[in-house]
Amino acid sequence: MSDSPVIRFHHVTKQYFVDSPVSGGFKNLVLHLPSQIRAMRGRRPFRALDDVSLEVKRGECLSVIGPNGAGKSTMLGLIAGVLKASSGTVETQGRICPLLELGAGFHSELNGRENIVLNGILLGLTRREVNERVEEIIAFSELGAFIDAPLRTYSTGMVSRLGFSVAVHLNPSVLVVDEALAVGDEAFQQKCLHRMQQFRQRGTTMVFVSHAMHTVAQVSDRVAWLEGGRIVELGDPAHVINNYRSRVLAA
Amino acid sequence: MDFGVPAQASTPNEIDRKGLPNLMTVLPAARSDPARTLVYYRDLILVLLAKEFKVRYKSTFMGYAWSLMHPLVLALIFFMLFSVIMRFQVRAYALYLIAGLFPWQWIANTASTANSYFLGNSSLIKKVRFHRATLVLAGVLNESLHFVISIPVIVGCMVWYGVAPQWDWLWALPALVVVQLAMTFGLGLLIATSNLFFRDLERLVTLAMHLLFYATPIVYPLDRVPPEYAWIMVANPFASIVICWHGVFYEGPVSLGYLGIAAGWSLVWLALGFWVYRRNVWRFAEIV
Repeated sequence: MSDSPVIRFHHVTKQYFVDSPVSGGFKNLVLHLPSQIRAMRGRRPFRALDDVSLEVKRGECLSVIGPNGAGKSTMLGLIAGVLKASSGTVETQGRICPLLELGAGFHSELNGRENIVLNGILLGLTRREVNERVEEIIAFSELGAFIDAPLRTYSTGMVSRLGFSVAVHLNPSVLVVDEALAVGDEAFQQKCLHRMQQFRQRGTTMVFVSHAMHTVAQVSDRVAWLEGGRIVELGDPAHVINNYRSRVLAA
Repeated sequence: MDFGVPAQASTPNEIDRKGLPNLMTVLPAARSDPARTLVYYRDLILVLLAKEFKVRYKSTFMGYAWSLMHPLVLALIFFMLFSVIMRFQVRAYALYLIAGLFPWQWIANTASTANSYFLGNSSLIKKVRFHRATLVLAGVLNESLHFVISIPVIVGCMVWYGVAPQWDWLWALPALVVVQLAMTFGLGLLIATSNLFFRDLERLVTLAMHLLFYATPIVYPLDRVPPEYAWIMVANPFASIVICWHGVFYEGPVSLGYLGIAAGWSLVWLALGFWVYRRNVWRFAEIV
């Protein structure tokens, strides 16, 4: 059914304690015990997400926009399952392919080919299943001879090429893309967008975080505008982007 | 309705309760195909193991020979010190040293590298959901592999001293490897997890391992330990297993009593390691 949710946030709050409880070291703790204890008690958590509820349906592409520090990456972390909600529930179904920032799950000492295998297996495939796709992934990445060089010799754009190439070849049920496209060159960005359109047609669910509004307008079915950990507006892309832009320009 | 994956949803609470990510979502086929799950975990551990190996020896020319050098140089130092200069009479002292130093090196290396099992893999932990304990298992297996490769050196030394391999190797060797593997796995989980929250631990562990080294019969024979200090051989969590290794490589038979104590200690480490790990695993991505 196309209307069953693949991702569901139910009153999700995520808070972090930004400061460490014993920040000044042992000596400081002993010498200023009363004030340290007070500081520990008064520790106020930072709310990265504040009572967020939303659903992403199967085959839908949801884009998340908002200023830096709005909670976008926290949201993706929760979807990818690497973070745990402080309260509320996050439900997901199927294989989640997270492309969080650059080089998701890569190691800088391994070469491109080894990283493809490592990444693919970490994302839930067996070695054989990865091997079946390796050549295709390498071809898509267009990295040429660099595929056998250690990842630390790659430029940022090349790492993101590799990351995107692996993610789109694993047949994910949910593709999570966080700004991974921003550093690629024009040609590769076009290729990725084209691939994302194909995913949409195939019914792959996507969550896309970007500051590039024209891309957001191009790929998404709905847009969530996040600010200060809360959803300001959720709905039709053109409408939300418009409101977001006028707010940003007004400020 | 049917996406070809089990219908039950994963909640982050499940990560907390079981101490591991929900496998049903990471591996849609996990429940329906246990054989695939097995293959998957074998592949995961092998690929992490290979990664550890490569990262450790990145651009070193002599590679793994270095890990043999360390205990051999130590053995040379102690041999010169106690056999040549101090003239202590211990039969086949060089063999005794080597038979204890190599297993000790396995424990000590685990203790010192465990700091980075999670910390050094932050890029993986932050971005991908997978069973984090596999990082520790890969690290620990890496150390045990180094020990296994060093066994020929110990056997060579036995041949030199005319000590013949015993029949009880058939059961003792695998038994000791399993016990020590369990011990180092627990130790690794404990150190790797604790170090995320308490970075001073690294220094503390170095110091503790120094102390425990001299509280283990490696440099001196067990029978020279005065009776009033014999309790240390039981209280030191790593002494009993080293005593057992002496039973294999130096002078048999393997003491079943000490093997029992070693097994007991390995259960303690496993329990402690898993307890600390499970309580904290859900926070890893926030901390590293």
